[in-house]
Amino acid sequence: MNSNAARVAHESAVPAKPQFPICVEQPGARLDIVSTHLAHRGLRLETSKVGLRSVCLSYRTQDGQRLLALDDIHLEVRAGEFVCIVGPSGCGKSTLLHLVAGLQAPTSGEILVDGRPVQGPGTDRILIFQDHGLFPWLTVGENVEFGMKMKGVPKAERKERTLHYLHLVHLAKFHDSYIHQLSGGMRQRVAIARALATEPDVLLMDEPFAALDAQTRDLLHDELERIWNETGCTIIFVTHNVREAVRLGDRVVLLTFRPGRVKSEFPVDLPRPRSLEDPEVALAARAVLDQLREEINSSLEAEYTSGVKPRIEPGVTA
Amino acid sequence: MKRAARYVIFYAGLFGLWTLLAELKIWPPYLFPTPWGVGEALYNGFADHTYWIAIRVSLERVLIGYSISVLLGMILGLGVASNKFLEETMGGLLVSLQSLPSICWWPLALLWFGLSQNAILFVVIMGSLLSVTLAMEDGRKQMPKIYSQAGRNLGAKGFKLFWYVLLPASLPFIVSGLKQGWAFAWRSLITAEMLYLSLGLGQVLMMGRDLNDMSAVIAVMLLIIAIGYLVDGIVFKGMERRLQNRWGLTPAT
Repeated sequence: MNSNAARVAHESAVPAKPQFPICVEQPGARLDIVSTHLAHRGLRLETSKVGLRSVCLSYRTQDGQRLLALDDIHLEVRAGEFVCIVGPSGCGKSTLLHLVAGLQAPTSGEILVDGRPVQGPGTDRILIFQDHGLFPWLTVGENVEFGMKMKGVPKAERKERTLHYLHLVHLAKFHDSYIHQLSGGMRQRVAIARALATEPDVLLMDEPFAALDAQTRDLLHDELERIWNETGCTIIFVTHNVREAVRLGDRVVLLTFRPGRVKSEFPVDLPRPRSLEDPEVALAARAVLDQLREEINSSLEAEYTSGVKPRIEPGVTA
Repeated sequence: MKRAARYVIFYAGLFGLWTLLAELKIWPPYLFPTPWGVGEALYNGFADHTYWIAIRVSLERVLIGYSISVLLGMILGLGVASNKFLEETMGGLLVSLQSLPSICWWPLALLWFGLSQNAILFVVIMGSLLSVTLAMEDGRKQMPKIYSQAGRNLGAKGFKLFWYVLLPASLPFIVSGLKQGWAFAWRSLITAEMLYLSLGLGQVLMMGRDLNDMSAVIAVMLLIIAIGYLVDGIVFKGMERRLQNRWGLTPAT
């Protein structure tokens, strides 16, 4: 299937829309997939997929003060790239995803997707929430179908695609279950299937695996990497776990504590598939962590001085 | 089994006490009827179709009135919940209006609509509208924000967002309000029907009084209780059970 899609792309002037699933066997094939996707939409690999230009966000607190949450954020994400954003809690990294998702508007600056400014939510960018945000009144299948239903996809096609994406996350058997009947890891996989079913170009993931146990998380890391490979989508992944960021990302972006600014970027050139336990991953994480520590310290300081009891960040471990 | 036994004992005792008091003939039978007198009245009422007609007329009215107040209440409640100005102004007014018994609207309804079906409907709507509105407002506020965010993110907006996301997401929070609204609607209806020749259960009840027929009065009272109880037990309990199954909530006992 994969080689077919790639060949079609080379032979015809207007490449056919690539079909899912696409399996990647040889390294380098992923780039082909990504460019096939892009060519279908009249774009090139060099275009930046998501661009944040001088993005600021401030809001008024309850006592009337203006609080700057995000300050002059510049970030370019290439098509098909897997970018991880880390930072201490309260640095606005979740807010950043909400901005890209269009659920919130920046105070100033511009957010571009495929070179066009973001105006409100769109199904080309799907956000996956930390606590999954699945609809408890719908079955697993109906949840996955939801985005397509809103788009007006015909029923037969919806059913087919729903099954396809449930297969992709190995949950086809649970098509008719309700959300509360699933375990935490399964729920997160449904959320991923629901997001993928709308066939987004950009997946925005807001600490999706933070509430899961270590084994489940490892498993989902592998699955996410596989899905990313197969679909060619772009992923912006927010986490407070540096190792997770290094294990998954092509690049790790570190934000400062309030107001959130881009402090530094770390390209991760380690071969895939990676594992959380790889010594190289640990080593690369160490470099990020050293810088993150400074930010955590300043966040603790801020909490000390404001009279709030300091909190130990549970997730930040090397 | 034990529960059933308790029921049987309780109701047998109640029935026995009633029979005893009636048989002792402390009061004349037209003031204190026997159980079989009431049974006979029920049988006669159904046999000459009076009760069938009354039940149909009353149910029709309450259904129309309640539907209108649910519709209006949802719009009003959503408006109040999502608009700060409305919340500050109308929110207080709604709460204070709730202390007004719905039958107090009757004189006003008479002047506006005359002695008609519409006057009764107006009282029914005023009786249940407030509980539905307040329930909807509360439900909308209690509903976790993540559902509307996820819905918008997946491409739902406007009416679709309301119908497919906001409404189902707030249902567990508004079902008790809907239930209360139904109880108010039913009570308001019977009260209003007692006030003029309306063909409904309320009027049949008053007819019993006019004819000095206490058996008929009690028979109709039993009917009113039974209908209210049945709707509660079938419609609302069923709805609650379905919600609990889907959401995985533990049943409230």
